[in-house]
Amino acid sequence: MKKIILLASSVLLCLSIQAQGIFGGKVTGNFQTDIQASKADSTIGAKSLEDKMRVNAFANILYSTDNFTAGFRYEAYLNPILGFDNEYKGAGIPFRFATYKKDFLEVTVGNYYEQFGNGLVFRSYEERNLGLDNAMDGLRIVAKPLNGLIIKGVVGKQRYYWEDIWQTDNGLVRGADAEISFNEMIPSFATSDFRISLGGSFVSVYEKAATEHITIDEATYQLNIPENIGAGALRMNFGYKNFNLQGEFAQKGQDPNAMNNYIYHKGNALLLAADYSIKGFAIRLEGKRIDNMSFKSKRTQQGNMLNINYLPAITKQHSYSLMSMYSYATQLEGEMGFQADVMYKIKKGTFLGGKYGTDVKLNYSYVSSIDKSAIEGYELNEKGTLGYESSFFKKGDEKYFQEINLEISKKFSPSYKMNFMYAYQEFNPIAYGHPGNPLIYAHIFVAEGIYRFASRNSLKGELQWLTTKQDYDEFAKGDWLQLAAEYNLKGRYFFALSDQWNYGTEQGDKVHYYSIAAGCTINTTRVQISYGKQRQGILCIGGVCREVPASNGLFMTITSSF
Amino acid sequence: MKKIFLLIVLCLGIATLNAQNAKISSTNIKDVDSKVVNTSSFSNEGKPYVICFWATWCHPCLQELSAIAELYEDWQKETGIKIYAISLDDTRTKGKVKPLVTSQEWTYEVFIDENSDFKRAMGVNNPPHTFIVGANGDILWQHAGYAEGDEENLIKKYIELSK
Repeated sequence: MKKIILLASSVLLCLSIQAQGIFGGKVTGNFQTDIQASKADSTIGAKSLEDKMRVNAFANILYSTDNFTAGFRYEAYLNPILGFDNEYKGAGIPFRFATYKKDFLEVTVGNYYEQFGNGLVFRSYEERNLGLDNAMDGLRIVAKPLNGLIIKGVVGKQRYYWEDIWQTDNGLVRGADAEISFNEMIPSFATSDFRISLGGSFVSVYEKAATEHITIDEATYQLNIPENIGAGALRMNFGYKNFNLQGEFAQKGQDPNAMNNYIYHKGNALLLAADYSIKGFAIRLEGKRIDNMSFKSKRTQQGNMLNINYLPAITKQHSYSLMSMYSYATQLEGEMGFQADVMYKIKKGTFLGGKYGTDVKLNYSYVSSIDKSAIEGYELNEKGTLGYESSFFKKGDEKYFQEINLEISKKFSPSYKMNFMYAYQEFNPIAYGHPGNPLIYAHIFVAEGIYRFASRNSLKGELQWLTTKQDYDEFAKGDWLQLAAEYNLKGRYFFALSDQWNYGTEQGDKVHYYSIAAGCTINTTRVQISYGKQRQGILCIGGVCREVPASNGLFMTITSSF
Repeated sequence: MKKIFLLIVLCLGIATLNAQNAKISSTNIKDVDSKVVNTSSFSNEGKPYVICFWATWCHPCLQELSAIAELYEDWQKETGIKIYAISLDDTRTKGKVKPLVTSQEWTYEVFIDENSDFKRAMGVNNPPHTFIVGANGDILWQHAGYAEGDEENLIKKYIELSK
């Protein structure tokens, strides 16, 4: 009875608030659910699910007026689909917030996502498909006191699955950031060919020290663990006409933790990029160096959770499945590398350009370890010591990744176009957590053609081929050939067939991953059902990866927005 | 705690029943030269405008924007359409946005939503996702995904909603 009264009074309350016009806002949101049923298949290593069917679901509901927004996200993992951490099991509201804007101020209480600069010292974000969410819970203030000046302040704790973070000793994260754009601040500079902006940030995490011991000559010593760990970064953006130069340098104080074997070596990271672009042509160069930059709000944490910062891989991000079979992931303990991109549009009406022009994209990337030498009297990376010395410009002995990639896109007629891609990749399995294995050398070819019928239906065909001599483990499985076809009915329905064939391996030529899929899109609602086999693999987004086990069965995804 | 949520859900539910068109959110994003711009400043001389969410690594997005690019000049002359192309590239790939857009000779208004703030505020699941927004900021139409020929549907809808 009490509940009914409560319900009735809240309905009345809501209605009366609305009547007064305080709540004259709008509701928007989105929804996603993934449903999986998988059965055992020994040829591909798929295990049977003891619970037969698994479901992940997310729904965001936002309520907003001109200056006020509030919302929440409901999540359910009943039970988590394959590849998601079992810690996610359960359902609830891990994300809720309210934000209001007044004059030059924006205040958020509750959960929020935020990024300082490039994220080298602070990025709170969500990558749903990786099961990665390090949302902050606390307070955020963004101020724009002057034209061209933005100041941000954050304080809070990070999400950790369903844990009640306020009952744990996980670190408290505090940070501030400021960015000045001179072109906006100085009116006479507004239309200048020069563009300059500068920024700086500082983040500190406080975590109570737990006792950590080391043994030297059979005597046990207790480590002096710092409770406050700071990291700062400076960045700049410089532009002149078609030329741009960007850079950010970050430094982190002594932070002995489980990721770096409790060493006291200070961390740093550098990102530098320059690009020049004109109509039809662009070139971009990017360099990066990372030294001991894992920054988490819990000293003992490993893996992808509780990251305070974000250190992207500077390698090409692929969407073709065989191209991304060997995806590089950032090595937080140290790496250096560079990437170059050239984009060229061959003009219409030329021999190579044809009637519609031809797009050519070239990408090269290289990543290696950094130089590390042991400190005299200690072993390399010995617990409780400064760990190692590193010469900034000298690269290490170990190659982590290299790729040359060429992509050509060509439209032949109003109804027919093709895309070709070739890549040569050298991949060190350390990126998948398997150090000390031989490099994988792979040539990969992709050809994709799309034909559009007069009825607005279209047919897409795709051929992918990966060839490598390396065939020695779960993550190095020889040659692959993939064929796929997709028929699309007026943008509303689609049917697809595909087969990934793993041939010439120790297991012989018998491993096929057949799959059949169908889907429907109406406005913002998409329903997709597929049935077939999914290879065991690693899904990487933004240089962060998660393992996806093999599966054999049904997969259904529904998404919608309103 | 649970009761508070129940109350919020209920209020939102009731608000939904009364709600008219959803509006474009007011979110800070950056232009390709890192200048901060608020999405509430989007406009098209009193006409509706289009927002396309895309990313440099998203194949269907590139197909959509390339297909529209060939028609864009004609569309603009005929209907006065304006397209805001919002890139969801983060630190890893955002530096490729300007080189790509310039070399492709795209003339859209291009912005970067590097931590997906605008994406979340607009309820977008995955790119590509296209909106038509009225002059008063009301969301008039939206569509997820891209299939060959969807651009014809977009311009048809735009003309219909411009009337």
